[in-house]
Amino acid sequence: MQSLTSRAKQVDRRPMTFLERIYVWEIFKGMLITLKHFFKKKATISYPEQKREFSPVFRGLHVLNRDEQGRERCTACGLCAVACPAEAITMEAAERLPGEENLYREEKYAAKYEINMLRCIFCGLCEEACPKDAIYLSETFAPSNYQRKGLIYGKPDLLIPDPVTQPEEYKKALGNRANQKEKAN
Amino acid sequence: MQITLLAFDWFFLVEKLVLIIGIISVSLVIAMYETWAERKVAAFIQDRIGPNRAGPLGLFQPLADGMKLFMKEEIIPNTSNRMLFILGPCLAMMTAMMTSAVIPWGGTLDLFGRSIPLQITDINIGILYIFGVVSMGVYGIMIGGWASNNKFSLLAALRGASQVISYELPMGLSLIALLMLTGSLKMSVIVGQQLDGWYNVLWQPLGFFIFLVCAFAECNRTPFDLPEAENELNFGYHQEYSSMKLGFYLFAEYINMFISSVIMSTLFFGGYDIPFVNDAHLVESWGNWAVLLQGFCLFAKTAMFIFLFMWVRWTIPRFRYDQLMNLCWKRLIPLALANMIITAAIVLWLKK
Ligand code: SF4
Ligand code: SF4
Repeated sequence: MQSLTSRAKQVDRRPMTFLERIYVWEIFKGMLITLKHFFKKKATISYPEQKREFSPVFRGLHVLNRDEQGRERCTACGLCAVACPAEAITMEAAERLPGEENLYREEKYAAKYEINMLRCIFCGLCEEACPKDAIYLSETFAPSNYQRKGLIYGKPDLLIPDPVTQPEEYKKALGNRANQKEKAN
Repeated sequence: MQITLLAFDWFFLVEKLVLIIGIISVSLVIAMYETWAERKVAAFIQDRIGPNRAGPLGLFQPLADGMKLFMKEEIIPNTSNRMLFILGPCLAMMTAMMTSAVIPWGGTLDLFGRSIPLQITDINIGILYIFGVVSMGVYGIMIGGWASNNKFSLLAALRGASQVISYELPMGLSLIALLMLTGSLKMSVIVGQQLDGWYNVLWQPLGFFIFLVCAFAECNRTPFDLPEAENELNFGYHQEYSSMKLGFYLFAEYINMFISSVIMSTLFFGGYDIPFVNDAHLVESWGNWAVLLQGFCLFAKTAMFIFLFMWVRWTIPRFRYDQLMNLCWKRLIPLALANMIITAAIVLWLKK
């Protein structure tokens, strides 16, 4: 029979030799192996102090983006909600009133925009569907919560800080990935 | 009336009480930190770092664990025999502690013009006493398993009882060979001989090895942890126990481990002897400090054995039950008998 992997091994069914039957020598060999591990580098990452590097394609919590002048990019077209396989996104559209041009980039905007983090599977399809570059997945985890309703994220939770008034927070929320992209450009 | 009261040596009573309280609290603290060490050793062997959140290096972890056990709800199954159910862990704990009475923890202290030996009692049947108490430990397991009124607990208890009783035989036989050399059952005499001469392990390497294996089995440690085989018997004989009663069982096990390590160092590795040094000289020049150093040496030797216990536990899987019994009756007992007979022959031949 052709073996499926290169590491397949025949089971050894020979009767045990004397050395194996008195166990002691074999146990001693095993103990040497464990002793070696005793001094090995530990694989543990002490989580809150030390964080694992995310891969460049990591998909975490969503961020609703703003443009350079701090205006919300989302135009409530609903393409993300259509694309979402988990049906996690709901929104309500509203028309931009005169005088609100500094808040919303397009004439129509999302008055309510909710993502249910319990439904979301972090597939990133919403990000791909969006024509306005308004939503993308960041490098943070979905945090835990005591109540289900706490995991339905509304606009205040999702919107990125204003780059004009809070540039520091904006940079941070953008995450490493966006910064790297900037560097590459 | 008053005269008879005064004639009694009250200092003796106080001295022994203090000693007993001291030794018991030391063994409890050591058992506590054994749980910590066990987790650390396990973690290190498995390339982890183990508990490190409670206090520096996770040193308060045992306190947190104890607190957790105390806080838990105490459940007594209503089909079990209530009295026996409570008696089980008590017995286990008691027998675990009682063995420490005859162990010499150090030389003789000179305090307030009195000489205080660091041994609770120096009876002339020291080793027999230890054996008697250790074999009573089976009752803790057996009663616990029986009173739980649970098939798995009972099975585990039966396994435990037959295992402990079986392994007591080669243990006793290996000790007989040792006793032929020392010629005394008194613990202090056995240590005393090793203070000036060679350690017993040099004369009795095979005896020591058999004793070590049996000690593993007596403490229900891997590879002989069949009474608590989680994957075969859910949890073992203490499956129905909760809260501090469970804690007592687990604790008794760690105390057992500590005590058998102490016994091994006492019988085979010179007890409180400071290695490579002439103890008598040191005690003369340093006085009480040397005695404390002796106690420390005993603890260092014990710690070595405890580490060995843990090292083995995290290295090998457990035996199957028939392998366990074969090992005992077909290997260890003949080996111990041969060891005994050869020792006897040599002793006779040398004495002529
Ligand atoms: S990541 Fe996927 S599942 Fe989550 S909201 Fe976007 S499209 Fe829906
Ligand atoms: S996030 Fe993008 S896809 Fe979704 S509604 Fe807004 S503009 Fe449309």
